[in-house]
Parts: sequence; structure tokens; C-alpha cells
Amino acid sequence: MVSDQDIIRSMQEGLNLSPTPYSDTAKELGIDEQELHQRLYDMMERGVLRRVGLVPNHYKLGYRHNAMTVWDIDDQQVDEIGELFGKQSCVSHCYRRPTHRPDWPYNLFAMVHGKSQQEVAEKIAQLNELSGGHCRHSEVLFSKKILKKTGLRLIKGGKEDA
Amino acid sequence: MTTLTQIEKNIINQLQKAFPITQRPFKDAAESLQITEDDLIENIKNLMEKGIVTRFGPLFDIEKAGGKFCLCAVSVEENKWPEIAEKINAYPEVAHNYLRDHTYNLWFVLATETETKLSETLTLIEKNIGYPILALPKEREYFIGLHLEV
Repeated sequence: MVSDQDIIRSMQEGLNLSPTPYSDTAKELGIDEQELHQRLYDMMERGVLRRVGLVPNHYKLGYRHNAMTVWDIDDQQVDEIGELFGKQSCVSHCYRRPTHRPDWPYNLFAMVHGKSQQEVAEKIAQLNELSGGHCRHSEVLFSKKILKKTGLRLIKGGKEDA
Repeated sequence: MTTLTQIEKNIINQLQKAFPITQRPFKDAAESLQITEDDLIENIKNLMEKGIVTRFGPLFDIEKAGGKFCLCAVSVEENKWPEIAEKINAYPEVAHNYLRDHTYNLWFVLATETETKLSETLTLIEKNIGYPILALPKEREYFIGLHLEV
């Protein structure tokens, strides 16, 4: 039986740029193509597969500026506002995270992108408007330096590659 | 900023959303873009070579397939961060690490196989660096991805 992990490992580097990429992968996995299609739909249903698609390099498209914004939102409203923030095209990641009061009161994180510092600031102001008075306090954390960056991948032994 | 042809723009805009899971997916996607299957494959190859497209294919949520991740933050004095960052980065469980403009200046992501391994690693790093770590695991994901209209 081919596991989710097997499918992920064989596809996480991307699709073959051949006319029949799924058939290529299915052959590698030793299953038939229809089964692979079915498995992928099933993984999508369960959220293991987010989507199949293309990821552009946002730097090369001119979106060179980004900021991590953190928000202290009423617990009752945080999910509603998180969904709303997530729908904005300038937001790439939007998560709810635990607070550690008094040091860290922020329960909502949103990564904001723009073509200029000015645009990022405008987008953040728009998010502030959208929070509709349910935000007690927010902060913007600009990144100063990338100190380490490796992708999140599964490796061959079945372990995670950190 | 890179200049793109109209066809490249259409490809980027459309295929960010979804790429078909079918026997001839390039043929199917090419139809609505009004180009040929070969043209689509060539264009994607080219966009990847130029570094405009960084990934093409299935985007998995590795966490849902097993595995635990945790965003961590540490507040370190301005003159101490290079030394502490080096200690943190030495752990293979550390996937990325960013210096940010805040009292909490070091932000890194831990990736482990299990919950137990995650808390063990956290404790280990905390002891090693001598600073408390703010553990901020994801409780809920509202959105991940970025749709850039070009």
C-alpha cells in the first residue's frame, strides 16, 4: 500500500514538465494513474494537499517588502477576523497562535506583502480598519536578516527534514 | 522588476489558483489559456529557469501528514544575537530563523516528527542558549499562499 508519505516524497519537488506528469509519478510509485488521481483528491479533501499549482517568486514580481504583523484580538472575534485577513490578497500566511500574557498578548499573525514599504504600511492600515475595533493592540515586525532557511520537506527515511 | 509577456502573466494568474489533476493536465490548462500544450510546458520551463516560478506541482501541508512544527521567539540583547543564533541554527530541527526588529528579535521554526520530540528539543535549546523561548505553535490556519495578480 502506497502511503501519503510515499506520495508526498515522490511529488514534493514538483510535477514533471512532461505531457503526462501524473502518469510519470504513478509509474514511479507502482500504482495506476487513476488511483493516483483519486489519492490526490482524497488528500485534498483531508487538507494534506493544499492545491496543485504554481508558486511565483514574489520578489521577482516586484513584491519585495513584507512584514509580520501581530494582533491582540478579542477571543470571540479572532476566528472571524482571521478569516477576513486571510482573504486579503496582500496576506500570505494568517494563523491563530497562543498568547503568553503579559509578555506576548498577540493571538493573530498575518504576513503582509507589498511592492514598497509605503504599500505595506497602507495594507496594514486596511487590516486595522477590517479588525473593526476588536483589536486591542498590534505590532509590525520587519525582518532584518535571514539567519537560516531550509524548506519543510519529508526525507527518504520517513523522517522530517528540518 | 521582471517584464512578462501577456501569456506568461495569464499563466501565472491562472495556475496559481489550480492546475488540473487529469491525464493530460497541460493540454487541459492550455485550452483555457488559448495556447497549445507544448507552449504551456515551454513557458513554465522558461519561467522556472528565470526563477520567476519557484515551485510547480502539489503543495502539501506536511504537518497534516504527520509531524509537528512550532514557531519560537527569543528575546536576546542586541550584542548577543549572533552567538545565540549560531547555537540555535546548529540544531537540525531548526527549519528557519529570522532576525526581526523587536524585543523578541530571534524567530525560528522547529520541525520534528512528534509532539514529544518537539517539547524535548525546545527544552534542550532553552537550556543550551540560557534564554526562555516563547513557543507559539499554530492553533488554527486561516490562509496560506499568496495570490499575486500580474
